[in-house]
Amino acid sequence: MAKSWSLAKRQKALQQRANILQGVRHFFIERDYLEVETSHRIPTPAPESHIDATPSGAWFLHTSPELCMKRMMAAGYGKIFQICRCWRERERGNLHLPEFTLLEWYRAEADYHLLMQDCEGLIQEVASLIGLGEKIIYRGDEIDLSKPWERISVKEAFRYYTQTSVNEALKGDTFDEIMVRDIEPKLGLKKPTFIYDYPSERGALARLKPEDQTVAERFELYIGGLELANGFSELVNSEEQRRRFHLENENRQSIGKSVYPMPDKFLNELDNMPPSAGIALGEDRLAMVLLNAEKIDEVVAFTPEEL
Amino acid sequence: MVQGRQAHLLEGEGGGEITIMYTASDLRKGLKVIINDEPYIVTVFEFSKPGKGQALYRTKLRNMMTGFTIDRTYREGEMFEPASLEERAMQFLYKEGDHYHFMDNETYEQIIISEESLGDAKNFLIENFNVEVLLFRDRAIGVELPNFVNLRVIKTEPWVRGDTSKADFKPATLETGYELRVPPFIEEGELITIDTRTGEFSKRVKE
Repeated sequence: MAKSWSLAKRQKALQQRANILQGVRHFFIERDYLEVETSHRIPTPAPESHIDATPSGAWFLHTSPELCMKRMMAAGYGKIFQICRCWRERERGNLHLPEFTLLEWYRAEADYHLLMQDCEGLIQEVASLIGLGEKIIYRGDEIDLSKPWERISVKEAFRYYTQTSVNEALKGDTFDEIMVRDIEPKLGLKKPTFIYDYPSERGALARLKPEDQTVAERFELYIGGLELANGFSELVNSEEQRRRFHLENENRQSIGKSVYPMPDKFLNELDNMPPSAGIALGEDRLAMVLLNAEKIDEVVAFTPEEL
Repeated sequence: MVQGRQAHLLEGEGGGEITIMYTASDLRKGLKVIINDEPYIVTVFEFSKPGKGQALYRTKLRNMMTGFTIDRTYREGEMFEPASLEERAMQFLYKEGDHYHFMDNETYEQIIISEESLGDAKNFLIENFNVEVLLFRDRAIGVELPNFVNLRVIKTEPWVRGDTSKADFKPATLETGYELRVPPFIEEGELITIDTRTGEFSKRVKE
């Protein structure tokens, strides 16, 4: 009789992971969010340059529930959340699984600043629910979860942590490398950090900042150098959204990737969506931070290699 | 790991010759690739993807000829030629200056490997020892040792029984000239097992 020891030894982590999920549900239900379940298998993923969907017959497994949840927002659902499995091709590493769990929530009449506050409240509450205090240890750093968390714009982060400017990085096509190498490892080491106002071309579904059209109202949350969430004020203009999807598809084509069909139903309904904000938070990553795990493998029952 | 693996058939420059290329998403620890015409082995590998950004493959690669390590970040779609290394069973014959002479166990052909190319392996080679010699484009670039080898201690201080101040490991010299630290109970002339990956004492061999 064979027994998987790698699975058996994860029992404690998986128990805590379950507690974290219950805590997350409790947080949203208490705040009158409706828990929804949208389809995993969809005909048209959002065309984005660097996110590849797994084909499933002639359709695809969703890479996030974003488009379906926004259609619900456009239909008048004001506060919704979902916890679901998502699939992204060829994403595998210490922090990535090609099948992973996302938490997404959307709220009408809100912008990205309110989402940042949601994150502060949610993670603080879940941490205390699983028996952690205001200070947690992640990969050797002591991180203080008390509010308010640190907020730094992308521009400031480049000025502070690098020798180059955002514009130079974009022009030289080194934005991602600099983020990964010089900026990400410094974010959220003492307090969780929101890095916000990304260059407009780095937020395909986000609203541009009214007072500065060169940036999108988009942020990422980092704790202990680990990226946990990506949120933004939603773009609710279908014409502009269609134009951006075409640009993303052109970009996909230029780097040799397949082009996705236009998500027409989503685009046709988008103009009905009230001003809203929405965010995706990696549940596996949240478990990693709260359980002080080095690898994403430690907080899931099975990795693809173990199947 | 099979997930996401893609092999790419490309026509070699010689025309007609087909080489299977790796792409960045095939990069793994232990993969051997050619960079600037020299063989490298991936020693550290990390997949990263900044939010909404492109996939980046951050690696450390060790040059298998010089031993030097470099840091490289690759993007999705970048291609690599695999470094195919040939392994041949050979016997270490003798050392002459910094030249190490080996003999192919099948063809009896003799080859020389420089001390520099051998790296740490030189610490564990004794005459008539069998190793796998690595060849890159017909050139010997190093040897592969078993994880554990047995070597004799030729010099170490005697253990003073009851002397607790000397309870820690003590220096010892092996028949290859290699120096390491061993437990106090090991005596001159004894055979011990060394872990060649760390160069450390592993256990005493009962003879």
